[in-house]
Amino acid sequence: MERRAYYKNPMLPWLLLAPQLLLVLVFFYWPTSQALYWAFTLEQPWGGGNSWVWFDNFISIFRDREYWGTVLRSGLYAMVTTGLSMAIALTLAAFVDRSLKGTKFFQSIFVWPYAIAAPAAGVAFRFIFAPESGLIGSINQVWPGIWDPATNGWHALAMVIVCHAWLGIGYNFIFFLAALQMIPRSISEAGAMDGARPFRRMLDLQLPLIAPTAFFLLIMNIISSFTDSFGLIDTMTEGGPIGQTEVMVYKIYFDGFKGLDYSGAAAQSIILMLLVIGLTFVQFKWVERRVHYN
Amino acid sequence: MIERSPVFDFLTYLAMAIGAFLVVIPFWITLVAGSQSLQEVSQVPISLMPSSHLWENLSAAWARADLGPKMLNSLIVAVGVTVGKITLASLSAFAIVFFNFRGRMISFWLIFITLMLPLEVRIVPTYAIAANALLPFQVILDTLGISWLVNAVSGIQVTLNWNLLNSYTGLILPLVATATGTFLYRQFFMTIPDELVEASKMDGARPIEFFFDVLLPLSRTNMLALATIMFVSSWNQYLWPLLITTDRANFGTVVMQLKALIPAQNGTPDWNVTMAGALIIMLPPLLVVAFMQRWFVRGLISRDK
Amino acid sequence: MSQISIKGVKKSYLKTPVIHGVDVEIEAGEFVVILGPSGCGKSTLLRMIAGLEDITAGEIAIGGKVVNQLEPRERGCAMVFQNYALYPHMTVRQNIGYSLKVAKVPRVERDARVMKVAQSVSLETFLDRRPGELSGGQRQRVAMARAMVREPKVFLFDEPFSNLDAKLRVAMRAEVRRLHRDLGVTSVFVTHDQTEAMTLADKLIIMNAGNVEQIGKPTEVYNNPASRFVADFIGSPAMNLFEGEFDADGHFVHGQGGKMNVSQLNGVRQPGKKVVLGVRPESVRRTHAETHGAIAAVVDYVEELGASRLIHADANGSRIVALDTDTAEIKSGTRVHLSLEADALHLFSVENGRRIAH
Repeated sequence: MERRAYYKNPMLPWLLLAPQLLLVLVFFYWPTSQALYWAFTLEQPWGGGNSWVWFDNFISIFRDREYWGTVLRSGLYAMVTTGLSMAIALTLAAFVDRSLKGTKFFQSIFVWPYAIAAPAAGVAFRFIFAPESGLIGSINQVWPGIWDPATNGWHALAMVIVCHAWLGIGYNFIFFLAALQMIPRSISEAGAMDGARPFRRMLDLQLPLIAPTAFFLLIMNIISSFTDSFGLIDTMTEGGPIGQTEVMVYKIYFDGFKGLDYSGAAAQSIILMLLVIGLTFVQFKWVERRVHYN
Repeated sequence: MIERSPVFDFLTYLAMAIGAFLVVIPFWITLVAGSQSLQEVSQVPISLMPSSHLWENLSAAWARADLGPKMLNSLIVAVGVTVGKITLASLSAFAIVFFNFRGRMISFWLIFITLMLPLEVRIVPTYAIAANALLPFQVILDTLGISWLVNAVSGIQVTLNWNLLNSYTGLILPLVATATGTFLYRQFFMTIPDELVEASKMDGARPIEFFFDVLLPLSRTNMLALATIMFVSSWNQYLWPLLITTDRANFGTVVMQLKALIPAQNGTPDWNVTMAGALIIMLPPLLVVAFMQRWFVRGLISRDK
Repeated sequence: MSQISIKGVKKSYLKTPVIHGVDVEIEAGEFVVILGPSGCGKSTLLRMIAGLEDITAGEIAIGGKVVNQLEPRERGCAMVFQNYALYPHMTVRQNIGYSLKVAKVPRVERDARVMKVAQSVSLETFLDRRPGELSGGQRQRVAMARAMVREPKVFLFDEPFSNLDAKLRVAMRAEVRRLHRDLGVTSVFVTHDQTEAMTLADKLIIMNAGNVEQIGKPTEVYNNPASRFVADFIGSPAMNLFEGEFDADGHFVHGQGGKMNVSQLNGVRQPGKKVVLGVRPESVRRTHAETHGAIAAVVDYVEELGASRLIHADANGSRIVALDTDTAEIKSGTRVHLSLEADALHLFSVENGRRIAH
């Protein structure tokens, strides 16, 4: 930030920043410090405040097999939604980037899922995948009982994952297309002069050049799978059947607000926070390196 | 397009058509199911052609989920959050980019780090702030001397009766702080040439005049893009409104009502009404995105300014 | 119209000094050009006058009033920037009138003043366009009009023509000169283009590495450069400079033992003392071998300029350039004899580069 045209004014910048800093302190830093406090303390059942228990909350979480199930499920959820959504979005963006006639029409459609609330998509997909309804459920007519997300955990998880991947298409598409369009046309033309055909050029020239965007999206998708999955799971499965679609966020919500185990939920929040912070940090390191290479 | 390649062109259209199908089909089914009668929607396999009952399903959903007041609530929240975010983001970025003062970098990082703390991961303690805000709130503000500052800046008296539950303030305020917005504004402000600031200084403009006369008009495209993103994301908020409103009748938002529209386990499977309701709820952000698409995409990507 | 007085002004960035102490008096109504290579501190000095940079030490007064602590808007200066710095979202009219708007000048008066200024730089038909729709020269005019509309006490120009093509630059130069003649406002103009500097300036300030090397009328600076730096910097092609010393016979010995007979320097010849001898190419003449004091040299290459030519030659290991108007053609490798015009020799100290009077 090497600007030279600075204003010098001792009060004004603080006045400008005050509202934002205030909100940030109240709604981010205070809750976070509270979460830390709760994570290391336990509320006495008969009142009298919290007692300091060091890592006990974490230890009991890590001893909980159900929690590890949630972690593994979240990992699987993150990988599949991210992979699926990014692959589809990238393919579409690569073709749209060829700017054939009529592409604008497709381009505007591909952005739509971005606008949809996760719970709204959840409701729509729940109907689409409902075993008793006449869409996917139709195959139960042919092979009775082959599809039942209400009782089969894998079916339920697959349903949520497909919906989440669909929701991510719009966002991923926008960023991929933007990255592709920022590649100078001359690079493609040089490739054509070297004899590469359009598909080869896509693979050899365009894909490597959008690697930084792909990496950025990878991280954003993983984080989104940790956070945005709540609305979907709550409307589609409520974590069921028997907890088999419960991911980390949902478990935090459930333990905290239904189970009223604030200490456990806080400890889980801390773990999830560390995960998100770690991922963001990795992303920054990467971006920094890319800047150096350029 | 550099050369003619009919086969590859055909593949391109084919891929885009398949993609469009994948993207559109959930919308289509929502529309189709929302237009059918209970009998039609319960058929297996279902007809993929719209029927004639759209209007009655829409009104049924509207009534069942009490969408009128909920729409208004959603609108108030989404507009409130959007306006708040844009105001705060532009002011903060202005301070961080154009002023030389102690604590500039600290302020930037204080705001920026919140990017790593999405609402969902700090939901339990944030809720505690709203539910049991009074004491810890007062303590931290008093010790930091911020109570005084709030009072001086905005005239808001931070007193013990500031309850966030079941209020528009509670729905809006925690969502207004924005690292993303501040960051985007900062990125844009940093592309403003130094000489433009200096020219305005020579013309006699004070910082605030520079902000309103030069910076804001120049950042119009970015503002529209940001507004689109913010509107969509706040309209689509689910978890926070769910927690902060116990009085759903008065402060519920439309997205919270979706669950109420889902047919009960052993009740009538009237998915037609559910889907009509989903349609209503999806529509506003979809319209905003469709309408703003040009600015929205450009504001996010353009660096050539 | 105000005089500007700069006394002992210094500037440092984070302890690194960039201007080491400048003293300049600028008379009211004068057109002063600050000339120097890039990084010499000339723009910094201008920006300190404008109030865009803090003054580390010393004092700047405009119209007798010390302005060190004043904001730019309180100093009564207007500035034309290198990249024009027009507000891209405003029309030409709004750009020109912005300072008046900020100063809360009533609309009617503002419009009238904008119109008057626009007419004086022939912009009246472009008032409703945006800067993006204008050519470089037109933008330049808008920038000047914007500066003029406030009727400032001082005009500051920060390399305003460096983005224009050569032809437009000449035209704008004439325009600036004309405006100065009409308005008579004290003007400070920063440039690294010596032709621009020579043609515009009433008074020339030559800066180098944060110091003022010389202040004077353009002809004075050209004819009597105060230092080796100025001698080298002013004039194109650059002055010939030879390092050497006088021998016991009063010859100037340079290069690999080359000798020059420089009797006109009688007064200052100190045998054994190292000095720099300078002579401009146009004062080096091609001559016959037998001329008294002629230097023998071998032609290295010839630059054809049309009406004249530059002969680059080697004289006993010293490079010498002569501006030759003789019509007789000359080839590289030819031996020539060159004579130096008697009253055009300059002598500089090797140690500090200052001129040695003679």
